[in-house]
Amino acid sequence: MFDLDLWREIFQSINKNRLRTILSGFTVVFAIMLFTILFGITNGLKNTFTEAFADDANNSIFINSGRTTKAHKGLQAGRRIQFENKDFNYIKDENGNKVEFITARIYKNVSATFRNEQNNYSVRAVHPDHQYLERTIMDEGRYINQRDLQEKTKVVVIGRLVEEDLFLRTKALGKYINLSGIQYKIVGVFSDDGNDNEERLIYMPVTTAQQVYGNNEYIDQINLTYNPEMNFDQAITFSNSIEKKLKERFSIAPLDQSAIRVRNMAEAKKNVNQMMTVLGVIVFIIGMGTLIAGIVGISNIMIFIVKERTKEIGIRKALGASPKSIVSIILIESVLITAIAGYIGLLIGTGILKLAGPGLEEYFITNPSVSTPLVVFATITLVLAGALAGYLPAKKASRIKPIVALRNE
Amino acid sequence: MLKISQLHKSYPIGDSSLHVLKGIDLEVESGEMVAIMGSSGSGKSTLLNIIGMLDEADSGDYILDGVPIKNLTEKKAAIYRNKFLGFIFQSFNLINYKNALENVALPLYYQGLKRRERQEKGKFHLKKVGLLDWAHHLPSELSGGQKQRVAIARALAADPKLLLADEPTGALDTTTSYEIMEFLQQLNDEGKTILIVTHEEDIAEMCKRVVRLRDGVIMEDKKVNQVRASQYV
Repeated sequence: MFDLDLWREIFQSINKNRLRTILSGFTVVFAIMLFTILFGITNGLKNTFTEAFADDANNSIFINSGRTTKAHKGLQAGRRIQFENKDFNYIKDENGNKVEFITARIYKNVSATFRNEQNNYSVRAVHPDHQYLERTIMDEGRYINQRDLQEKTKVVVIGRLVEEDLFLRTKALGKYINLSGIQYKIVGVFSDDGNDNEERLIYMPVTTAQQVYGNNEYIDQINLTYNPEMNFDQAITFSNSIEKKLKERFSIAPLDQSAIRVRNMAEAKKNVNQMMTVLGVIVFIIGMGTLIAGIVGISNIMIFIVKERTKEIGIRKALGASPKSIVSIILIESVLITAIAGYIGLLIGTGILKLAGPGLEEYFITNPSVSTPLVVFATITLVLAGALAGYLPAKKASRIKPIVALRNE
Repeated sequence: MLKISQLHKSYPIGDSSLHVLKGIDLEVESGEMVAIMGSSGSGKSTLLNIIGMLDEADSGDYILDGVPIKNLTEKKAAIYRNKFLGFIFQSFNLINYKNALENVALPLYYQGLKRRERQEKGKFHLKKVGLLDWAHHLPSELSGGQKQRVAIARALAADPKLLLADEPTGALDTTTSYEIMEFLQQLNDEGKTILIVTHEEDIAEMCKRVVRLRDGVIMEDKKVNQVRASQYV
């Protein structure tokens, strides 16, 4: 039932006792604000890590070659290890269904021209599987395919920003681009969730690059993803076995760290996951601590308010106020103040996150924000705590004899 | 109107208890103006508080307007207080954040009257105590005498059967005290039953009957010739 007179009484009490209202509201504003900011920053940290891993497939393994640092089996240190197509096929054939996707990479830098526009770009010569490893998103056209590989066609797939740079406002698809003197047909335009540099790349078939740049079978890097059904530990064992087999194949000392480098994302992912869990627990504890501090604060204030109003309660009772009306007037006032203050705290908290958010990116905090249900939960908790903390002393005050309340000076 | 018999009341003090009222018998007719006198500690305020249902007796009977007042629930006591009784306190006990009119209208709020009616009745009673022009002033902006007159208007607002005044002039100077007494006499002339607790002889003489208490028993209960306060004002 909506009792206009009751609300009038409450608003008068709130309005005429501003200091009291502000003090009790402030505790709640502060608690909710801290809560919001704290959770916002944690979410920002989480966002940073999620984004860092969103770019590439999570189950990636990168295999690079370098120079040997140890002499082994009569071979001297300092020998350069060069992967070739046969090594790529070896890994592919040897591991069967443990490998999900696999691609070679050859890196080249080219000067690209289209009509009057000219710029330098990195070229990656790859296998078709590379699209899934890198999570390349095709905006237009198609990716490198198996036919391109077999026929060594002179086709390229260019990044969204390459199209923007060189083709200005026209469509690049189907046109010919000049890469360091050779014409390639553009068969696709892609975008990527990673940073802008990822969208300034040009992909071409690995076989085409091998023919054009030196007519050899050299490969710079082999990337693969392991079967996603493997767990972290199996994945790490798998990458260790690849490293071991390759070292035997190239007659490299087992402890040589630089000749063959196998980087498994599973390891990094595992560490990050653990860190995020720990971070989550810490923030949860601190957040709950903030909330509890808020609850204690609002409880203290409610007890103080009831004490302060004891005489008023006595007067009201002498004039015929029922205990119920005394309790409801105090309770509704406290709930109203905590609810509004909670909302203000939320606004200030999210406001600070919005304002400070962009400046925090260098501290690994991306887009800090909180989910509304979480903050609503926190506010409701405080409102309930305030209501309970107000109810108990109000109930007590409504029961004391009016004469005792009136004597309270 | 009011009938009390064998009323006892004691307060616990530490381990022992202080026997304040030791069997009070008192009967008050409608239209009377009674002064309850006694030195401090005689139990006069306790008696008034029990009559006012602000406090409860340990034993004895108390019948107010034909209704036995015993073992009341808080809710029922609140209704009776609102319906039967009007209080006037020594320290006025106005709610400091409400203006004069809102203070006067408060008992009407607890009677469940509509806002419009409360405003009208409140103004009527404020006019009666001569403070209509001060209706929108806060208690802190009023003098002691004015505050007490607002309190009287508030006590009258619910149209109670019995007015209870606990040292109504205790916090006022002599001239203001007589003004208040003159007003109370006027109300009594109009037929209101009034009970006044006081320890001042001159105030007691302005009532029609004086009941003297000492150590929790009634020493004397006599009718007096009322001294009209108007002659001093």
